[in-house]
Amino acid sequence: MKVPVSWLRELTSLPSSVSTEELAARLTAFDLKLEEIIGGRITGPLVVGRVLTAEPEPQKNGKTINWCRVDVGPEHNEPATEDVPAGRGIVCGAHNFGPGDLVVVSLPGTFLPAMGFEIGSRKTYGHVSDGMICSTAELGLPGDASGILVLEPGSAEPGADAVELLGLNQETLDLEVNPDRGYAWSMRGVARDTALAFGLPFEDPADIAVPEAEAEAYPVVVEDAAACPVFTTLRVSGFDPTRPTPAVIARRLVQAGMRSISLAVDVSNYVMLELGQPNHAYDAAKLKGPIRVRRAAAGERLTTLDDIDRALDPQDLLICDDDGPVGLAGVMGAARVEIDDATTDIVIEAAHFDRATIARASRRHRLSSEAARRFERGVDPTLQVRAARRVAELLVEHGGGQVEPGLTVVGEVDTRREVVLPVDLPRRIAGVESIDTDAAVRALEGNACEVRVDGESLVVVPPPWRFDINDPYDVVEEVLRVVGYDQVPSVLPQASGGRGLTRAQELRRRVGYALAGDGLVEVKTFPFAGPADFDRLGLGSDDERRRQVLLENPLSAEEPGLTTTLLTGLLRSASLNVGRGHDDVAISEVGRVFRPRSGAPAAPIYGVDRRPTPEELAVLDAALPDQPLTASWVLLGDRERGGWDGPGRPVAWADAVAVARRLADVLHVEVSVEAASLAPFHPGRCAALVLDGRVVGHAGELHPKVAEAYGLPPRAVAGEVDLDALLAAAPEIGPRPDFSAFPVAKEDLAFIVESTVPAGALQQALAEASPLIESVRLFDLYTGEPVPQGHVSLAFNVRLRADDHTLTEDEIAGARAAAVQLAADRFGATLR
Amino acid sequence: MSAPNSDYDPVEVTPLRADEVERMRDEALAAIAAADSIEALKQAKIEHVGDRSPLALANREIGALPPQARKEAGQRVGQARGAVNQALTRRTDEVEAEEFERKLAAEAVDVTLPIDREPVGARHPLTTIQDHVSDIFVAMGWEIAEGPEVEAEWLNFDALNLGPDHPARTMMDTFWVTPESAAMVLRTHTSPVQARTMLTRTPPIYIACPGRVFRTDEPDATHAPVFHQVEGLAIDEGLSMAHLKGTLDHLARAIYGADITTRFRPSYFPFTEPSAEVDLLCYVCHNDSAQVADCPTCRGEGWVEWGGCGVVNPRVLIACGVDPERYSGFAFGMGLDRTITSRYDIADLRDLWDGDIRFTEPFGIGL
Repeated sequence: MKVPVSWLRELTSLPSSVSTEELAARLTAFDLKLEEIIGGRITGPLVVGRVLTAEPEPQKNGKTINWCRVDVGPEHNEPATEDVPAGRGIVCGAHNFGPGDLVVVSLPGTFLPAMGFEIGSRKTYGHVSDGMICSTAELGLPGDASGILVLEPGSAEPGADAVELLGLNQETLDLEVNPDRGYAWSMRGVARDTALAFGLPFEDPADIAVPEAEAEAYPVVVEDAAACPVFTTLRVSGFDPTRPTPAVIARRLVQAGMRSISLAVDVSNYVMLELGQPNHAYDAAKLKGPIRVRRAAAGERLTTLDDIDRALDPQDLLICDDDGPVGLAGVMGAARVEIDDATTDIVIEAAHFDRATIARASRRHRLSSEAARRFERGVDPTLQVRAARRVAELLVEHGGGQVEPGLTVVGEVDTRREVVLPVDLPRRIAGVESIDTDAAVRALEGNACEVRVDGESLVVVPPPWRFDINDPYDVVEEVLRVVGYDQVPSVLPQASGGRGLTRAQELRRRVGYALAGDGLVEVKTFPFAGPADFDRLGLGSDDERRRQVLLENPLSAEEPGLTTTLLTGLLRSASLNVGRGHDDVAISEVGRVFRPRSGAPAAPIYGVDRRPTPEELAVLDAALPDQPLTASWVLLGDRERGGWDGPGRPVAWADAVAVARRLADVLHVEVSVEAASLAPFHPGRCAALVLDGRVVGHAGELHPKVAEAYGLPPRAVAGEVDLDALLAAAPEIGPRPDFSAFPVAKEDLAFIVESTVPAGALQQALAEASPLIESVRLFDLYTGEPVPQGHVSLAFNVRLRADDHTLTEDEIAGARAAAVQLAADRFGATLR
Repeated sequence: MSAPNSDYDPVEVTPLRADEVERMRDEALAAIAAADSIEALKQAKIEHVGDRSPLALANREIGALPPQARKEAGQRVGQARGAVNQALTRRTDEVEAEEFERKLAAEAVDVTLPIDREPVGARHPLTTIQDHVSDIFVAMGWEIAEGPEVEAEWLNFDALNLGPDHPARTMMDTFWVTPESAAMVLRTHTSPVQARTMLTRTPPIYIACPGRVFRTDEPDATHAPVFHQVEGLAIDEGLSMAHLKGTLDHLARAIYGADITTRFRPSYFPFTEPSAEVDLLCYVCHNDSAQVADCPTCRGEGWVEWGGCGVVNPRVLIACGVDPERYSGFAFGMGLDRTITSRYDIADLRDLWDGDIRFTEPFGIGL
């Protein structure tokens, strides 16, 4: 809400000793937060000048400047010489003026906030320019910024103070009004809070006497009284549409961020600003039949004043006459019945509309207006007749004619309600000891509440414009606002003793440190993705990961929903890093991915008057998509860089699997690896990560086409695992240490197997071949002579040990034989 | 010469000649002292200590002496040999030590060579700051609560006193899940976690909820559609705005330093009543009159906006099954992304999200 300061001072008895800054600070502490103080900071000699001569001088840079002599009044003029008359020499680049015109001149020493610096005398284009001829923009005025401001002929004398003349000393407070304080979208409301903040008496500008009416003003039929509880009309006749808007009204409208259009429109807007009641002025000659307030019919259309033809929704509330809609109620009117420069007979509408109806219409049509903004946030429902009267009186005062004696009022709203609370509630909830009953009563009366102490209770009747005071705690806020938020002391509460981080929270941190310890740099990416991403990943048309949780209002059409794999973001990030010249990249992300649940119901909307039952909450959760926490990683370039002590080691598929294994290790879960073939991985270099028989992720080399699509070097690798699944499988405590102090026996076994035999499976089997086998580790893999074609030699270190004795030669030989036998039986392995 | 000497002539026998034994000893000692390598020592040992060395030969002659002469001769030669052996041992140790030192010296490396082959990982500052803030709460005896990011409309709005037509709803710039009738949103704040906690636990409740939230802001230097918050909720008997202030002051000190305080400004949130904006004393200029005017962090205000807070609206308590007659509580929330950008002077919010490894790397594994 933009509040002209002089208007606010006019409505309050604020002492002139209170500065604008002080006023703004107090209003900020009163929940009317200052955004900025606009205007009013011009200092120095800003005067009216008359252009005496203007000589165009073409310049080398192609521009033509005007070398002007300007009469800026005897006080400021340089004396006349043989060549020039008394005045100042000023260079000006604009051309929309000429000799004889009245202009505004900022003489050296003038500070213009819109320019941000002090004007000086300076040498330019071969002349000393002794000031500046100002444009509207340079003066901080709204309107056409393209040229010099040329004043009406005869409107001032050279040397006159332009600050005073143009009202440039007017300051405006731009206040942020919170949505619960609808009343503060009016000068009336801001003035009342100002008076309260400074402890001043307050005279309500809405205390307007309305004469008894004997007849209808203009007939009204309200078909939907719930949406339109009050509708009033009043008439003005004999109005002179050619009369200008008084300067003070026009200026205040501009200060408030509106345009001055015509007297009738300006008065209507002025009263809206003053009292907060949106109202409408119709040309009585254009209205056909009674005004009708009804919901829109199916298929009905309306062209609003902004020239947009709108398809109406049956929920839209309309103002109509016999020829159809003349406005979207409470939001915007239509051109057909607007007043124009021939209008002499005016019908004034002031109505009260249901807040939700207006809010929905405004949202539905993406149409915000000054009126809608106020109706949405709540307009005093008892104000309509007085506001209409105020409009009529101002029209007559400035435009002539008379207010017709008739008055139409349809409907009435009873807003009276009592809020009852314990007298000590404000003190207890605010935590401010000094708030006693008296302080609370004073604060509430200042807010125009009726207050009564009834035993241990405070009975509060809020005024009709306070839609925000309904509950005891609302009353507490009003009291605290007056007492001052700065009075709240600082007391640290004693929490009841927490249990620390949950196991899952601890383990997640462990995962984060493990990834970083593995040399991976964590990045964060937006979880939005779309078909183009899935195409780049090479996902098949029936791949589950193409089924997204879609958004109604995505930021970009290319990313219509939430991602199903972190790789969409991570590969983009990898691509960015490569593009920025990083040869070796190892990145990871831990975040949620989103998978729609097939056949999930809509999430119910429960009431808010009680806690939903556990069953109801379960229904709610069942509607949500799966959103498991996921860890993902991408590596490319060298895993270990080349250096003076050795060559680099390029990233390989195994590095991607190693990350998964590391995560499993730090969580103490058993993840096994199986060959798999899944996009976006190389079909022969993809490992499925298996936990308790369930695939929980994949890792391996990226498919060459995927690497190419993302502009990554060949052999880049990646992996992704369902972290929630790993966390759920993590044991409460890790494994106990279990080792024997007896001597170890070491055996090396080299087998020849067919290449299709998975080495991991063979190693696993060997480890289980005898209870004496402590560990098995593959230390060599060899193909080529003398290993037959299609075969591979796998060599293992086998360590054997017993818990309770030193192994005998026979035991060692027996265990070895068992391993060899098992390898032969299960994998067709022959000892090399 | 080892045969008994039948022609005993005391004058002619070496061991009896002190000067001769001394000479042999001195020659041996000189040779040992002169040896500067294991090789040279070996040679000196052969020449002066070995079986054919003069002292060894002299020693052999002793046996042939008459008993009355043996003692003195034996002592003389024995002392000489002892001195030589001792010198040899000592010199051997010395030379071995010198040789070892030489070997080590030869193994010297250039320790300034760069050691940068192992990749160095790092954690994103938005992760570590969530951990850091969580730890502060845990130290106060609070717990950390979490919830889904795609959330039911009812929990994101209705349960928090944001009814379907509440003007604050449109201010939230919400991402809606398709179809709109599914009544699901990307949570616009972590407040639904508070609602979930109240719905499933009984007071006293002291929880903090860090997490990722969403608003339909096009990414630019100061906006992102995804950002991080931490919210706190305390529900207990007798809690007031004063306890809220105490908690925020404590949090401010823990994050920004011992001398940082907070101030309240009235504000509006549907889920709290009374509501306040909380400002931090500027942690750069401390609102110091000499510095505040030029302070780039608070732009001359002396205070920086931190978050929103207030006493939990009893309507929220009712919807979440908490008895407002018995319990009261407070809640607060602040953005974490801005904590990072302002403390580390990061001009463009997009740096947090681009994934350039050079953004995360300097943070290492902790702030």
